[in-house]
Amino acid sequence: MKNTDSTKTVGSVAASIGKTFGIYIVLLVLMVFFSIASENFLDSHNLLNVARQVSMMGIAAVGFSFVLLLGGIDLSIGSLITLVNIVTAWLMVNAGWNPVLAVLISLLLSAGIGFFNGWIIANLQMPPIIVTLAMMIIIEGVAYLICGGLPIYGFAKSFAVIGQGYIGPVPIPVIIMAIVMGLGMFILRKTYFGRYFYAVGGNEEAAELSGINVKRVKYLVYTLSGFFAGVAGIVMLSRTNSGQVIAGKNFEFLVLTACVLGGVSVSGGSGKISNVLGGVLVLGVLSNGLVLLDVGDYAQKVIRGSVLLIAVALDCLQHRKKA
Amino acid sequence: MILQLKNITKRYPGVVALNNVSLDIVEGEVHALVGENGAGKSTLIKSCTGAVVPSEGTVSIQGQEFSALNPKLSEELGLAVIYQEFNLVDELSVAENIFLGRAIRKSGMMIDKKAMAEKAAAIFEQFDIDIDPNALVGSLTVGYQQLVEIAKAVSQNAQILIMDEPSAPLTAAEAESLYVMVEKLKAKGVTIVYISHRMEEIFRLSDRITVLRDGQKIETLNTSDTNLDDLVKLMVGRELKETYPARNHQISEEVLLEVDNVSGNGVHDISLQIRKGEVLGLAGLIGAGRTELAELLFGVKQKIAGRVVLHGKEVNPKLPKEAIAEGIALVPEDRKKQGALLEVDIKGNISMAILERISKFFTVNKKEERRIAEDYQKSMRIKTPNLEQKIKNLSGGNQQKAIIAKWLATEPTLVIFDEPTRGIDVGAKSEIYTLVNSLVESGKAVLMISSEMEEVMGMSDRIIVLQEGRISGELERKDFDQETIMGFAAQG
Repeated sequence: MKNTDSTKTVGSVAASIGKTFGIYIVLLVLMVFFSIASENFLDSHNLLNVARQVSMMGIAAVGFSFVLLLGGIDLSIGSLITLVNIVTAWLMVNAGWNPVLAVLISLLLSAGIGFFNGWIIANLQMPPIIVTLAMMIIIEGVAYLICGGLPIYGFAKSFAVIGQGYIGPVPIPVIIMAIVMGLGMFILRKTYFGRYFYAVGGNEEAAELSGINVKRVKYLVYTLSGFFAGVAGIVMLSRTNSGQVIAGKNFEFLVLTACVLGGVSVSGGSGKISNVLGGVLVLGVLSNGLVLLDVGDYAQKVIRGSVLLIAVALDCLQHRKKA
Repeated sequence: MILQLKNITKRYPGVVALNNVSLDIVEGEVHALVGENGAGKSTLIKSCTGAVVPSEGTVSIQGQEFSALNPKLSEELGLAVIYQEFNLVDELSVAENIFLGRAIRKSGMMIDKKAMAEKAAAIFEQFDIDIDPNALVGSLTVGYQQLVEIAKAVSQNAQILIMDEPSAPLTAAEAESLYVMVEKLKAKGVTIVYISHRMEEIFRLSDRITVLRDGQKIETLNTSDTNLDDLVKLMVGRELKETYPARNHQISEEVLLEVDNVSGNGVHDISLQIRKGEVLGLAGLIGAGRTELAELLFGVKQKIAGRVVLHGKEVNPKLPKEAIAEGIALVPEDRKKQGALLEVDIKGNISMAILERISKFFTVNKKEERRIAEDYQKSMRIKTPNLEQKIKNLSGGNQQKAIIAKWLATEPTLVIFDEPTRGIDVGAKSEIYTLVNSLVESGKAVLMISSEMEEVMGMSDRIIVLQEGRISGELERKDFDQETIMGFAAQG
């Protein structure tokens, strides 16, 4: 009798640890595996490199998590990154603008497009997946129209600092990601509108009846999603030093994968930024480790897809158990 | 003994849902199962069907004893359950639903719709039910859907029928045809286990009553040997004060809410007044426009004509948010869909409508939030180990108390209750009534929508009856009478 009780407790403790730190346990396992498999993996230079590589994903994932919390989706962020790349590059090179001004205008543009997404979704009550899919196609077309499909390069040296600079040993993109994630956590944990994201995503009708202006929450969330995608786009432009029309291609799916790995529910209402960071790092470590092991691009795709499938399957199984 | 439970215990991590419960169901009886929410009724049913395997004890059906049953096996042994949520497919016809998974075939793959419709019609005829077997289930009212569900069980030759709060979603007239059906089933020798919160129907239908409390069987009684007061005492384990506690205060002359010729959202030309300290009851059949009127007052929907005056000032809320700012609160009828944020903790549910008020620079003052939630937990006696529990883990009555707490926290002057006690147990009901009294005693006004005739008569100072979106009658407390009210509700 006593025995079964204590094993039960151990089991439930393990389950709750798994639930809280699940993605970090996966991360740890991956890191141990790659450390053993490749001598180059566990090296501070390499690990900082991983952090820098994932920083854009991490920045965009904050806004994307908000959208998922709301029960929506934003497929337009990849195209937004492309657009921000092209517009900023065009303003700096072709129009000769000051980089600071060009960056500000681009961020304003990306936030504005996000707001427009939110406005359509809230007022016309169209499915977010359709609205943002259409927006994704439109924006990509606009980017092509601006540059004719050709890369734009030749920026001022100072602009490269954002994507390539360091403060001490830490790459600046990683610092930007840390700030954005910190902001994301602050919004969700401390502010009232962060609570509204969970409320609207969990039960829109009850949220509205509790005096929440649901439309305004939607505007805000999609605006933030667009804005953070814009920030990711600027970092990317500065890192690659040229504006390209393929900059953000398929980025939305990468970010979606990271968020879902990090336990954000695609049906809305639950998720945490701290775990999304875990999801982002798992994807980063996975692709870095696979490169170190000389696994080809194509095989990497197979593995990444499988990881997503398994992660979601585990999540669903856990939900079914509870019900 | 057609169904026998011996020493059933069911443990979940941290909770004992059933503790050594034994129960004998005699062939051909209607056996009522009563108890507060969380007493273990659902777990007991699930143990009978095999949906839950008890930690200890055995279940015997028709003399066969099992320690681990499964739903398929119990069904084969003639046990059927009518759950609150129906297992019907809206897009299929009545007959197809009755024979779902057992369709009558002509030859090979072809389904014999005609034969199924005839068989279904034969079943309905036995019970004097007027349902077209070819109608789509989705086109039927909830009451008829339930009768289809019962007919389905009958067609499977169910010997034992367990009904889990079957009357809860039904109107008075629909409930009446349910009772008739239960009586006819009994006359045909079907054994029925009947679970309900409604005491009148338990006394009307049952032969014996078993009371559960906190996972234990308290007693099995012959219905003819007991009465309402004794039964309620057994269920709650303490003496309840009168069902509808008395109020001893003067209703103010001052009018708090005045509605002038308001139309829109399915109601027409509504005029009424509520004074400070008054409970105004809104009676009527389902669909008479009571909830729709509440939606207009609360800014969920917009009126197309008329005026609403609150505290002498015309108000015109476009959103619930604006209505709340004017001092109106609405406790909605559907607790799970409209009231609770199930995945959010109790504290967060209580503070949801006042978050902006207790925030500075967008940041929620968590100390203040906790203080307010703790205050309401104490004053409303919300039973929970802590305020960080998700609200979905609470019993129905405690969920409802937490939702009412959310509204009281907004410090409203007019509280609209829409079916405030639906589906909750007697103990919590009585606490909610006491709370309504304390609201009006402190000078607030209450508009109370209820489909339970006793409740609306027991709680209101005045009753307005709606019928097809219009006011069809108004009664002062001294004139309250069930038949008069029903007359106003149904006339036309």
